[in-house]
Amino acid sequence: MVKKFIKKFYVGLILIFLYAPIFILIGLSFNKSKSRAKWGGFTLHWYKELFQNQSIMNALYTTLIIALLSALIATLIGTAASLAISNMKKTPRAILVAITNIPMLNADIVTGISLMLLFVAMRFTLGFSSVLISHITFNIPYVILSVMPKIKQLNPHTYEAALDLGASPIYAFFKVILPDIFPGVLTGFFLAFTMSLDDFVITHFTKGPQINTLSTKIYTEVRKGIKPEIYALSTLMFIAVLLLLILINRRNAEKK
Amino acid sequence: MTDNKLINLVNISKSYGENIVLDELNLYIRENEFLTLLGPSGCGKTTTLRIIGGFENPDKGQVIFEGKDISKLAPNERQLNTVFQKYALFTHMTIAENIAFGLKVKKKSKEYIKDKIKYALKLVNLDGFENRMPDSLSGGQQQRIAIARAIVNEPKVLLLDEPLGALDLKLRQDMQYELIRLKNELGITFIYVTHDQEEALTMSDTVVVMNQGYIQQIGSPEDIYNEPQNAFVADFIGESNILPSIMVEDKLVNILGANFVCVDTGFGVNKPVDVVIRPEDIDLVKPEEGIIKGVVTSLLFKGVHYEMEVKAHGHDWLVHSTDLVPVGNEVGIWVDPFDIQIMHKPESEDEEATQLDI
Repeated sequence: MVKKFIKKFYVGLILIFLYAPIFILIGLSFNKSKSRAKWGGFTLHWYKELFQNQSIMNALYTTLIIALLSALIATLIGTAASLAISNMKKTPRAILVAITNIPMLNADIVTGISLMLLFVAMRFTLGFSSVLISHITFNIPYVILSVMPKIKQLNPHTYEAALDLGASPIYAFFKVILPDIFPGVLTGFFLAFTMSLDDFVITHFTKGPQINTLSTKIYTEVRKGIKPEIYALSTLMFIAVLLLLILINRRNAEKK
Repeated sequence: MTDNKLINLVNISKSYGENIVLDELNLYIRENEFLTLLGPSGCGKTTTLRIIGGFENPDKGQVIFEGKDISKLAPNERQLNTVFQKYALFTHMTIAENIAFGLKVKKKSKEYIKDKIKYALKLVNLDGFENRMPDSLSGGQQQRIAIARAIVNEPKVLLLDEPLGALDLKLRQDMQYELIRLKNELGITFIYVTHDQEEALTMSDTVVVMNQGYIQQIGSPEDIYNEPQNAFVADFIGESNILPSIMVEDKLVNILGANFVCVDTGFGVNKPVDVVIRPEDIDLVKPEEGIIKGVVTSLLFKGVHYEMEVKAHGHDWLVHSTDLVPVGNEVGIWVDPFDIQIMHKPESEDEEATQLDI
């Protein structure tokens, strides 16, 4: 009995530490008073303000477009790369897998500064396209990471069987290989999408003065002093990610 | 089976880096033949099959199919179909979609495809399985679907790469009968790869025994079993006693110091040879009636027969007999002349691998 209670208490404590900051934030987003210390009553005012704030809405739009495009392009490139890598001989394959893993382990700030230096050296104007290219770059390894295991699970003979039955290599790929590795491709896409949504450091160094994503926007706003709209925005982002997560988990559970 | 050569492999060589898999291999397959490539793993049998199917390109040599060189054609351009070792069914498609795959590629009409699926499922005794998924089928059923998927395309030749390797013994034996029946009903050529000598002997018209990239012997199952041409074939096909001997003269061979009458001629006088005697061809008789005498050293009950080892003239003779002789008893060994198979003795291991590939 006591043991059971302690177990539950312990789990509860962990959850409180994990989620208390977020709940405080959510609470504050509904606070009528501007003060962080005082509860002034419930309001949706900050949400209204948020949706009327053109620059935040622009940042949201940019963020979503970049996340979608970069995830899509990275998925295409990453899937093709995974197929090529898995068809390589053992040693070059091991080397290439290691090389694609490095960007994931590399500190964001190093990646960000290097990319910025590269763009400047090539006289590439910093802006939307430089951010997009950067996001594609750091997203590709995540796609490879989730697609490679699926390719490894493939029965190598199914592709040959398709060719044997008269299919062209392209037809065989779309009809036989892709359906089998698609769960991995989808995971890779979602992973890349969230990584792009999440990113602050690399975007910060490669965006130039013209555009802002949500994370860089929040950063500049916070420097001017935190406005409760930002709480509202953060709350909405949290809920969006939560819904996405539930959706993915549901899908996986149904599959099983 | 006709004498018409359907496939002709001419001087096929293949190596992976330093490793020579096939060396100047020549082989033809006749129309409507059940030909089996038999050998231990790494002997080149699967590579030979994959070269015929187009999944590997030979470094040298030609694959001639109905008089035309198809060496450069891609697998999807060849009139052959393959049944793979691990079935290789398309797991996200239903059984019907699996079987229809090749026909859809060839843009056959819906009616035609439907009829064909029905016909193929009936042929492999799996009527009504159209809407099942491959995962829900047993290994033997999946293998039959893989065969159905291949034969609806009406290939002239069906290539089978150890198709029964993953099945258990009972199922494997059932499937052997099934394959023979299918072959007879379809009237097409089968090229079969296996390392299981029993499978090869049971089903084939012709067995090709391979080792280290060389063909060791080509012949009917009876030839291969009864008249192995060298020690490798004798040892690989079934159990045998291989004894270094001296050919004294025609029809007389000296085995471990005792003279045995045999039926072979033309080996010369006092020439060293290898002798093969199958364990079931050795008769155990009373000590004074045998050609040589020995003592039973071990005894195992194998169901159909007893497996015994008899120590005689310094050699452990493997004997299969339905009569039991207890361990320690003295027995005589008798071998009928026609049960003694004489083989040329190879001078070296290299020669052993190459002597038949002239």
